Amino acid sequence: MSAERRRSVAFGVVGVVGELMITTGVLLALFVVWQLWWTDVEAEAVHARIVADFEHAAPAPAPDIAPDIAPAQQGPPPAIAVPGDATTFALLRVPRWGEDYVVPISEGVGRKTVLDVKGIGHYPGTAMPGQIGNFALAGHRQTYGRPFFRAPELQPGDALVVESDAAWYVYRVTESLIVSPRAVEVIAPVPGQPAAQPTEAMITLTTCHPLYTTRQRYVVHGVYESWSAKADGYPEALGSEIIARLEKEA
Amino acid sequence: MYGWLWRHLPGPAAVRVLQLGVLGLAAVAACFLWLFPAIAPSLPFNQQTVEETT
Repeated sequence: MSAERRRSVAFGVVGVVGELMITTGVLLALFVVWQLWWTDVEAEAVHARIVADFEHAAPAPAPDIAPDIAPAQQGPPPAIAVPGDATTFALLRVPRWGEDYVVPISEGVGRKTVLDVKGIGHYPGTAMPGQIGNFALAGHRQTYGRPFFRAPELQPGDALVVESDAAWYVYRVTESLIVSPRAVEVIAPVPGQPAAQPTEAMITLTTCHPLYTTRQRYVVHGVYESWSAKADGYPEALGSEIIARLEKEA
Repeated sequence: MYGWLWRHLPGPAAVRVLQLGVLGLAAVAACFLWLFPAIAPSLPFNQQTVEETT
């Protein structure tokens, strides 16, 4: 092989390696675009469709109902049967997160089955809405529709309203914590006390923290306050803006 | 690599640019619809549950 021929082969190899490196760089950039932007676009469309289907199957109160505010009931709330994996059984509405905030809650915390597609996931084996124990939920803090993006804005006393096919379950935020990813005690029946016997109905939201990392978990605890029948109207805890919006849609 | 592709596409330069554009779009679509969704759950970027072992 002549010296010239060898040189041209060497240039060819260097050229292909260079093109492969550029291609890898473009693919990595594309992955970031997909993760940070496209997953939100896709997931938000899916969430909206699930919410619309859920509302269609279990309509909100008729608009002519008067008064619109359903009485808050203190008796035992209606029990929801434990749903099958990835089945949507409720919606979460949080006045602090805006009047248009509504994300479906489905059984399970698998990423491919629930969290990456259907919004909020319910830790299997934890209490159902309104039950004594801990109604524990997980959701993305960023990407995939980011249902818990605004978790740090929640203040003690803020309402977390869970809407099932028949009832509204109102919880009030009690505290927010930042914990290690292995802190499973936050979803124990009595949060923080894995061995204790529960006497109260609690709610817990878990999501990742700090934003765009997975080093820690951001945790919000809340305590059950009351329930209202959907047929009676809307719970006062939703606030007048959400109620007005829901009435317009009904 | 891309030079080889360019030499093997038929037609004048303008047509080849068009073909490369279509191929590029198809590659991006394949990444967005199949490749990235398939590999993302295996990457450690996005966990929001508390678990015994992570």
